[in-house]
Amino acid sequence: MRTLYHFNGGVHPPTNKSQSTQSPIAQAGVPSRLIVPLHQHAGNSAKPTVQVGDRVLKGQLFGMPEGSVSSAVHAPTSGTVAAIDMQVVAHPSGLPDLCVSLIPDGMDEWIARASTDYLTTPPDELRQLLRLAGVVGLGGAVFPSDLKLRPGKHKINTLVLNGAECEPYITCDDMLMRERADEIVRGAEMMRHMLDAHEVLIGIEDNKPEAISAMQKAVDAGPFSKMAVIAVPTIYPGGGAKQLIRVLTGIEVAAGIRSIDLGVQCFNVATAYSAHRAIEHGEPLISRIITVTGNVQQAQNFEVLIGTPVNALVALAGAKADTNGYIMGGPMMGVPLPSDQVAVTKATNCIIASSPVLFPPPLPALPCIRCTRCAEVCPAELQPQDLYWYARAKNFGKAQEFNLFDCIECGACSYVCPSNIPLVQYYRFAKSEIWANEREKEAANLARERHEFHLARIERDKQDKADKLAQKEKAALAAKTAAAGTEANAIDALRAQVREIAHPEANLPKE
Amino acid sequence: MLTALLVMSLIALLLGSVLGFSALKFKVEGNPLVDKIDAILPQTQCGQCSFPGCKPYATAIAAGEADINRCPPGGEEGIHKLAELLGREFVPFGEDTAAPKPKSVAIIDESTCIGCTLCIQACPVDAISGAAKQMHTIIEAECTGCELCVAPCPVDCITMVIIQENISTWKFQSPEFSAASASRIITSMSQTT
Repeated sequence: MRTLYHFNGGVHPPTNKSQSTQSPIAQAGVPSRLIVPLHQHAGNSAKPTVQVGDRVLKGQLFGMPEGSVSSAVHAPTSGTVAAIDMQVVAHPSGLPDLCVSLIPDGMDEWIARASTDYLTTPPDELRQLLRLAGVVGLGGAVFPSDLKLRPGKHKINTLVLNGAECEPYITCDDMLMRERADEIVRGAEMMRHMLDAHEVLIGIEDNKPEAISAMQKAVDAGPFSKMAVIAVPTIYPGGGAKQLIRVLTGIEVAAGIRSIDLGVQCFNVATAYSAHRAIEHGEPLISRIITVTGNVQQAQNFEVLIGTPVNALVALAGAKADTNGYIMGGPMMGVPLPSDQVAVTKATNCIIASSPVLFPPPLPALPCIRCTRCAEVCPAELQPQDLYWYARAKNFGKAQEFNLFDCIECGACSYVCPSNIPLVQYYRFAKSEIWANEREKEAANLARERHEFHLARIERDKQDKADKLAQKEKAALAAKTAAAGTEANAIDALRAQVREIAHPEANLPKE
Repeated sequence: MLTALLVMSLIALLLGSVLGFSALKFKVEGNPLVDKIDAILPQTQCGQCSFPGCKPYATAIAAGEADINRCPPGGEEGIHKLAELLGREFVPFGEDTAAPKPKSVAIIDESTCIGCTLCIQACPVDAISGAAKQMHTIIEAECTGCELCVAPCPVDCITMVIIQENISTWKFQSPEFSAASASRIITSMSQTT
């Protein structure tokens, strides 16, 4: 039996998972219109490669990755590109972003797909393949997977596969593990091969016995010697990457350090599944499993094409009459959607229909009484009460000193706060203010540099002009003297000629 | 008596030469206070402070020749930061300074542009590209929104466009706002009932 470790704090909110695990994963089908955002991953937005009116095939490239941190975006089905314009996307701001709208033709015609043998292909080519297949982390951070599969300076010892799925209501990873365990495990083996990792640890919370046994069966069936399925205690946020790494390996990933520098890398189970689809079947990431739950008739998991509008997806589960909004993600970390017309993206793991009964409006916030219950539950071992204090006072420098950026925004502090203070919202506010300040500072530095160069250039031009003028004057003077010299010579020559003509005998050889 | 005098003057000479040497050796180039002030100023180089750029204004502040409330692009936040740095009281914007405006970027109407290069010469950060009798255009990422190019344009083809918020520049609001507005609603409701 493996020794498991603990992380600080954590909470036990009601899981509400059983509602959506009663029936198997259903196909959501093809909606009448798909809206595919070009920025679905961390890093730069993809650059569009199609034009309005183009007929595209399923899996055809919509957008090329731009820059080192970026990923590709693809057509989820065959059809015609209806528009490439700004559409409201699944983002808390409710602001529009560049999207490709696709009218499906119903034929669902694939591009040519090829299988790649991961054992004979160099890892660099595999990484490029994943980048062009748009494979990103499906646990929520949507970070391009090819970048995480690049071994660092240190030897990778452990590949952690994250199947903990700690957040209430969400069951998409659970159902994926129950139904498609063999493909997840094969994907994990490919990742292990690319990282040249020593072992693979699959962490699953012990409230998912079906998933644990399915994954165990898949591991036993294959020739995977260094792979283990490990049941971890159910506690929120046990599925955070740093928290799961801590529980499984005992390694604590310190502030400002990436786990890969300590020889550990962590991927979500759904990411391993899509990596397998991309390498083994040549299929880019164009669909994912999404839990539709909350205030609906029949909560269930669906395999959904990326770009499906939320209202079309929720219609399959049947939203109840008193639904007053939709949350993307879970109740702890999710964000309210600006509209039910926005499309699901690679980051969408769950859609919760909310109602006043299910999620009553928050009680008014009372003053902080510094009870430090938030500090007791904080999985990042921060001092949330101090961070709150500084964020509220807009003392961002001090908030950073208290390691604001180690906060994973899990919401455990807000969950236990007896004064109902929306703590995480304060941290998000402080973080975005700090980022904005940094952007401004960078812009100011650039402007300063350019202005200084501008002044230097003007000075240099002036100097050049003065130099040129001086040179010209000098040249003119020289030419003048030279000209004067030649004139004198010419006169001398003429005189000699005249002399010669006048006294031809003078030059004759003397006899 | 003589020995004591000799020893004392020797020590004085020694220390004096050490001080003199270090004054030369560790001389601080420029005024560090000017750089600190310059770091707070927004580097628009717009000249609205009546100085020809941010650095000259910073130099004037450091020399005590200018007040700290002359930079509209820096906003009131900028005045607060300067006040904190210099240990002074906050002063609101004066009557003669322009009101702060939202951050904007200059846009050239390229069909009207006659290629006179006057705006290129006016731009303090070389953010306009073009050549004589060729169309000019603004490198938006490098434009500070100083408006110095607007006036010289003989055909008035440059307009200032306010920068709109997009997904990558959007900021989370402080919950304070919503809490404050909620409490205001509650008080107004209790007043009416």
